[in-house]
Amino acid sequence: MADLPILTLTTFLPLVGAFFILVIRGDAETVARNARAVALWTSLITFIISLFILTNFDPSNPGFQLVEEYAWLPSYKIAYIKGVDGVSIWFVLASTFLTPICVLASWTSVEKRVKEFMIALLVLETMMVGMFTALDFVLFYLFFEGVLLPMFLLIGVWGGPQRVYAAYKFFLYTFIGSVLMLLAILAMYLTTGTMDMRVMLDYQFASDLQKWLWVAFFIAFAVKTPIWPLHTWLPFAHVEAPTAGSVMLAGVMLKMGGYGLIRANVQMLPVGTAWATDFVFVLSVVAIMYASLVALAQTDMKKMIAYSSVAHMGYVTMGIFTMNHQGLDGAMFQMLSHTVVSAALFLCIGVAYNRLHTREMAAYGGLAHNMPRYAVVFMVFMLASVGLPGTSGFVGEFLTMLGAFQVNTWVAFFAATGLVLGAAYMLLLYRMLFFGKLDKPEVKAMPDLSWQEMAYFAPLIAIVLIMGVYPASFKDVYMPTVEKILTDHQASLQAAGLTAPAPVQAASIETVAPAAAVNASEN
Amino acid sequence: MQTLPDLLPALPEIVLACAGMALLMIGVFRGEGSLRLVSWLAVAALVVVGVLLVQGPAERAVTFSGLFVSDAFGIFAKLLIVTASALSIILSMNYLEREQLARFEYPVLLVFATLGMLAMVSANNLISLYIGLELQSLSLYVVAAFRRDVAKSSEAGLKYFVLGALSSGLLLYGASLVYGFTGTTSFDRLAVMFAGGATPPLGVIVGMVFVAAGLAFKISAVPFHMWTPDVYEGAPTSVTAFFAVAPKVAAMSLFIRVLTEPFGHLLPQWQQVIWFCSLASMIIGALAAIQQTNIKRLMAYSSIGHIGYALVGLAAGSQEGVRGVLIYLAIYLAMNVGTFAIILSMRQQGRMVERISDLAGLSKSHPLMAFAMAMFMFSMAGVPPLAGFFGKFYVFMSAIQAGLYGLAILGVLTSVASCYYYLRIIKVMYFDDLVEPLERPGRAAALVMTGTALFIFPVFYLFAEPLLSGAGAAAAALFHG
Repeated sequence: MADLPILTLTTFLPLVGAFFILVIRGDAETVARNARAVALWTSLITFIISLFILTNFDPSNPGFQLVEEYAWLPSYKIAYIKGVDGVSIWFVLASTFLTPICVLASWTSVEKRVKEFMIALLVLETMMVGMFTALDFVLFYLFFEGVLLPMFLLIGVWGGPQRVYAAYKFFLYTFIGSVLMLLAILAMYLTTGTMDMRVMLDYQFASDLQKWLWVAFFIAFAVKTPIWPLHTWLPFAHVEAPTAGSVMLAGVMLKMGGYGLIRANVQMLPVGTAWATDFVFVLSVVAIMYASLVALAQTDMKKMIAYSSVAHMGYVTMGIFTMNHQGLDGAMFQMLSHTVVSAALFLCIGVAYNRLHTREMAAYGGLAHNMPRYAVVFMVFMLASVGLPGTSGFVGEFLTMLGAFQVNTWVAFFAATGLVLGAAYMLLLYRMLFFGKLDKPEVKAMPDLSWQEMAYFAPLIAIVLIMGVYPASFKDVYMPTVEKILTDHQASLQAAGLTAPAPVQAASIETVAPAAAVNASEN
Repeated sequence: MQTLPDLLPALPEIVLACAGMALLMIGVFRGEGSLRLVSWLAVAALVVVGVLLVQGPAERAVTFSGLFVSDAFGIFAKLLIVTASALSIILSMNYLEREQLARFEYPVLLVFATLGMLAMVSANNLISLYIGLELQSLSLYVVAAFRRDVAKSSEAGLKYFVLGALSSGLLLYGASLVYGFTGTTSFDRLAVMFAGGATPPLGVIVGMVFVAAGLAFKISAVPFHMWTPDVYEGAPTSVTAFFAVAPKVAAMSLFIRVLTEPFGHLLPQWQQVIWFCSLASMIIGALAAIQQTNIKRLMAYSSIGHIGYALVGLAAGSQEGVRGVLIYLAIYLAMNVGTFAIILSMRQQGRMVERISDLAGLSKSHPLMAFAMAMFMFSMAGVPPLAGFFGKFYVFMSAIQAGLYGLAILGVLTSVASCYYYLRIIKVMYFDDLVEPLERPGRAAALVMTGTALFIFPVFYLFAEPLLSGAGAAAAALFHG
């Protein structure tokens, strides 16, 4: 198995499935049935193959593994290079894990143009996996942008009443961010003479250039993450997208932003990162507080979860830019946790929406009486989102706060308000849906979870609890890479003359945070 | 006894000229009803010319006393032109027959226009430049007004003629100024003259700008673009399909040659002009198209925008820039031919329709056609992983290399703005409900749209390297020293 190009296989297998769905012929019913089956099997097989990435991955090695390299456009030094390291491997698995769940979640809820829907979903999977495994910047950009095409159609064709506006906003926002990144990539190419990201990771760009590049990359990833104030596309896209679209959007696509920030901004542009740390802190804190307050005021369930995503990703950006052990670790964990929790919450909302076809919280109430299983499932994810100890959400928020506290007490203080507000709006949501009297006849008629719904919630619950109780099972895979990122960052800053040489004690909790050292040296 | 000069470098052109005249004879003797025969023969002649171009020597060769040059750059551009012409002749046959325009002169005129384009690309002298340009333009004036009994078509032809004559006048005036101040019209001698680096006389600069203005008109770069939407809309659709590609490629190639060969050392003088034309074209192309409801007018503004992007590469004034432009033109060709194959298939109840809203719900009635159109639109918008992205990628790369950061940043931003109207077509096809289905596309159109769509993705990805290295060799030929 180790000799096979697993990464390429994982990337393009969904495309093969999409092609098979494309050639399905027959009457509408047959086509729909076969399309669902092919999509499910393709995505399941892809997931199984992607598990081999994990088994072949050596967690103690912080570098890139399972590297595949082929010449592609030698006259421009553009190659087909793939590989994973500790930062990217979980996102690959998240993509392949969520796709079969999305197929299942759309089994009955998507009725029109099932064939095209499944094709779009599988193409989306290819793009996401391709993006996380690309080690050539052109390849990275191709997949990064390629995500827009299926997502645009998913929102626009299968979305809600305002889907056209939402699809446009989503597309144009993300596109405008990433074209600037393209220019930055070109500038880096012209500086280093190669598109190989591994070379760029080791290259020391000139300090002035780094700041420009940093801004360009930051805009691209800030739109995607999203970071306040570039988040305004997200509530619309989430609200209008079909359930599977929201799940993919929250589960994986937002992580593209976080992954990009780590890979490009932090790893390639250390001087730019040090230069902009305070700026990102401000944005993150504003995002956490503002998005939480806005979420509190929502009456639409999906919008509330969408804003909670903005707040949770605020912890991620804050954690990344603390540039210390706990912060970066926490940011990674928070991203993984958010992948599962937000995906699950959108699936939960999809359950209610499929039965009553409204997202207004006030239309529900008392569901705990007639849908006990649903109430339990929802509660697990609600508490994980709040950050209850024992669930995945706690670890990430705790570590990012810990990281931020070492760098800047005020940042941690303001970020903490998000925890309180988060609990407030999530509990509000839960109360509106599940408690109170079951007096509405249409709500009374809602059946409890079906076996299909149980089937895709079960693994999500398991992961949330495992991540909460035994986080090391996930952390061990990326920790060596995170430590390498931190030591490399220190080394680059020293090389650039931005910080005094100091012994790096990455694994100790008493470590003076590197970013604090940078601040001190700059002042 | 004086021997004939070695005319072999011009062999493709000579063959095409003879073929054009022979086709004319065939048409005259067979009379009405020979459109298909003449068209297929014209395609065959173009294929032969293409083979001759590929087989011929790639080294730089000069003939007709230095008036005519054949080099790798010319061969690359000519191959694009010949391909575009052949495809548009194939596409137009069905259309002409259905619209009662089936006259054999049509393919013959296109062949002569193509001959003019080949001559333009190979021009090595201001005189031969003008002759090639006029041979092309005269044929195009006639085909623009090909549907004589419809006022709009005649108007398009007349408008094109009057403005075309104006631009030819500008160009000639510029050429005469250059001749007056330097005493030569030969590209080679002009290049040698400016090589020293001394500031050229003002008259030469004014003359060069006039020549550039005349050529900017031909490629419909802003501010010389006003004719484009009207001519695109008024001309018969098959003519528009032809206009959108081959003449643009030819004029752009000529533009590149004129600015990099004779005036190559005057880069500081012309760079700002091209910079402005490029930026203005990108902006007008992006913004003016938003309001359009007619798809032909929309394509006109889209082509203005695309010329703006191609000019980014020229504004860089470097070998990489020229390479970028050539790659851009090759991809532009595929996208436009494919899009026009679809526009030519837009028929409801036996008549042509050309409003964007007529495409409503196309994804339900013709899923594959809608899919191909969506690919062309995404590709024109420059969204990866479609080929259109690579066109923009290379020109912007050259712009950054040349230090034109402002142009690159504004360029990518306008490309986002232009996304809006490309997305609108996809929205109409995919998000809107079916009102009235289009008729089934003809076989030729279906083949062409499938082929070009496959080229955009994924064929381009697998075979990009030959195209890139071909464009690289072509660009290197211009910067031979």
